[in-house]
Amino acid sequence: MVTSTRVEPAGPATAQWPAMLAPGAQLGEVMTSEAMLRRFLSGLPGVDQVGTELRAGALSTRSIKSDAKLWALDMAVRMVDLTTLEGADTDGKVMSLCAKARRPDPANPSVPAVAAVCVYPDLVAVAKNGLAGSTVQVAAVATAFPSGRAGRQVKLADVRWALEAGADEIDMVIDRGAFLSGRYSMVLDEIRAVREVCGAAHLKVILETGELETYDNVKRAAWLAMLGGADFVKTSTGKVSPAATLPVALVMLEAVRDFHEVTGRRVGVKVAGGIRKAKDALRYLVAVNETVGEAWLDPSGFRFGASSLLNDLLMQWTKQQTHCYARPDDFSQE
Amino acid sequence: MHWEYAPAPQAQDIVELRPSYGLFIDGEFSDPDDGTSLETVNPATEQVLARVAAAGPRDVDRAVTAARRAYQQTWGPMPGRERAKYLFRIARLVQERARELAVLETLDNGKPIRESRDMDVPLVAAHFFYYAGWADKLDYAGFGPSPRPLGVAGQIIPWNFPLLMAAWKLAPALAAGNTCVLKPAETTPLTALLLAEIIQQADVPPGVVNIVTGDGLTGEELVLHSGVDKIAFTGSTEVGKRIQRAVAGTSKHLTLELGGKGANIVFEDAPIDQAIEGIVNGIYFNQGHVCCAGSRLIVQESIADAVIERLKRRLQTLRLGDPLDKNTDIGAINSPGQLDKITELTASGESEGAERWSSPCALPDRGYWFPPTILTRVSQSHRVAREEIFGPVLSVLTFRTTQEAVSKANNTPYGLSAGVWTEKGSRILWMADQLRAGVVWGNTYNRFDPSSPFGGIRESGFGREGGRHGLEAYLDVR
Repeated sequence: MVTSTRVEPAGPATAQWPAMLAPGAQLGEVMTSEAMLRRFLSGLPGVDQVGTELRAGALSTRSIKSDAKLWALDMAVRMVDLTTLEGADTDGKVMSLCAKARRPDPANPSVPAVAAVCVYPDLVAVAKNGLAGSTVQVAAVATAFPSGRAGRQVKLADVRWALEAGADEIDMVIDRGAFLSGRYSMVLDEIRAVREVCGAAHLKVILETGELETYDNVKRAAWLAMLGGADFVKTSTGKVSPAATLPVALVMLEAVRDFHEVTGRRVGVKVAGGIRKAKDALRYLVAVNETVGEAWLDPSGFRFGASSLLNDLLMQWTKQQTHCYARPDDFSQE
Repeated sequence: MHWEYAPAPQAQDIVELRPSYGLFIDGEFSDPDDGTSLETVNPATEQVLARVAAAGPRDVDRAVTAARRAYQQTWGPMPGRERAKYLFRIARLVQERARELAVLETLDNGKPIRESRDMDVPLVAAHFFYYAGWADKLDYAGFGPSPRPLGVAGQIIPWNFPLLMAAWKLAPALAAGNTCVLKPAETTPLTALLLAEIIQQADVPPGVVNIVTGDGLTGEELVLHSGVDKIAFTGSTEVGKRIQRAVAGTSKHLTLELGGKGANIVFEDAPIDQAIEGIVNGIYFNQGHVCCAGSRLIVQESIADAVIERLKRRLQTLRLGDPLDKNTDIGAINSPGQLDKITELTASGESEGAERWSSPCALPDRGYWFPPTILTRVSQSHRVAREEIFGPVLSVLTFRTTQEAVSKANNTPYGLSAGVWTEKGSRILWMADQLRAGVVWGNTYNRFDPSSPFGGIRESGFGREGGRHGLEAYLDVR
């Protein structure tokens, strides 16, 4: 058994890859001590900012037309986590959102339901009620969302509360303070604790990439989340700018691809915040398709956390089918 | 779920192809003296696009005479700030007609519209803008007060970046006050002729730019013509050597931008996903028809297998096919001759013991195509490690120590370009110092900017294009 007194391998940290990312590599070992974890994370191949942004730029020049576009719009609708996270949210607003989630376009029965409705824990029961009998999941943001500034027990209680109210999915935030100050074990332990509380519930870990400053940090945080047992890694809370960007999503997609190669476990990616146009959604889907491949082109592999995006997807859908642009008021606002 | 991108063809009707094109001499299009012409073909369909005049000795003489007259009477005496106005006008017209130029470039050359639209044409405009800015500031370019132009420049350009190479040649020459006779490549003359129309549209005085199409014989006439003060050539090392012999002992100035066998060196601490993109961009960009292509991957032993595996996975997402489709990544090989050369050299690599892997993409029935290919187990002595393939074929070598990387990279008669991939900045600088190449990219590859000088050493030629250095090739700095 590995113990904390284990002599760590000599040599520069960078020499650890590619062995550490080879299929079947024992990732359990890296979680045995703070030093091992740090060595593992800093040994991950670096991310070059310029190159990442160039690649994201190149991916966004793909031209998606006709049938391919209709397919993508359908898929994007299926991937939406329809979200409302305002202090002023009401039961009525959530009920209305649930109706929209079940049937986004009452005028067009071919439009599928969205993936989930995402709310604060206190509104989970309302959403659960509004979605009863449908395939739409209820996701709750928990762990002192959005800042994550609370004690461990408060965070776990927040998660339990949401689960008891019936949440199917938990969107937790990582402790960015701990992450940025290099206390990786603390971040990891917290994710594992939440994972344990979640049980079978679907766990999404929000990295809040807008506060992480570098793509290297995004990659490390994504790995921490995956090591901690996340089902999804998610870019942002939507409360911090910048929220989701294509280069950030690309870095996270590369991380889930590498994690899958090592462990065989498929972790999804959720982009949230600032995605309002169908065109942007299509760009993300292209990045998914050409980075991790078609296995992730499914609501179990990729999600959009958004609210106004859905109506733009519907408008583009209508346009694609009727060749006429619809008016914004042809669709309900929420 | 599987998602197949629907065809997204770029409309062609923006380009009005004429059945035949004449020579652009003294501000007008005219037929060649002896009436001979050549066909130019769309390499993706093998369809003939147009017939283009083949300039003979008398045509070349007419062009040089017109250029001389313009040099003496209009362009030479014109103040730099006036010349700048014309260059700015050309740059703006290139931007206005960008789509037309991009489509025509793709039709004639076979490169993907994505590249002609996003790389070639914007860089063409950028080059004219950049050198327009220099035209009235030559006194401050560092070549002494009032540097003089050379006179009439004969410029011979290749088929891989037909319009971009025309811009690289014309813009600095004109900014410095020279007049030009440009000979486009035999297989890709059309965009240069459209540029001639733009030059007319910009009201550039007659004779300042002359474009004589034709094959190697036309080029030879231009090189040997006694009225030419300067020869600038971009193309193969073999032809470059012949040109250098031909101008030896004359008063002609010469710059050569020739072949290369660029080394893309990947260290174990490289930003790996971006390095993979850089390798792809280094050798599969423009079907590998790039003189500075990173055709040798020199990768550190410890990560070699992982890199090759990731590279293969990435290559399978490259889309080969109709160059006019906006989602195409790999277009057609420019000519059957070039395809034969690539096929022959790749086969020689296999017979010398290299292991070949080609992306399993379907090749269209018509046209000239070659799938993205990787040759592993290549050794320094193999032909595929020494000769320029000029196609989408990557030769992979490995190294253990940094010194080995340097000596392998430098063990080539060429010296045009190299790339270094590492997260350690000091290592990039050290490598750049050690590598014998005109251009060294750090954590990127095949990036161009008009303000950055480009050119080679050793068998890759001499002289620089781009930047302040690029002016030196067209000024009398002795």
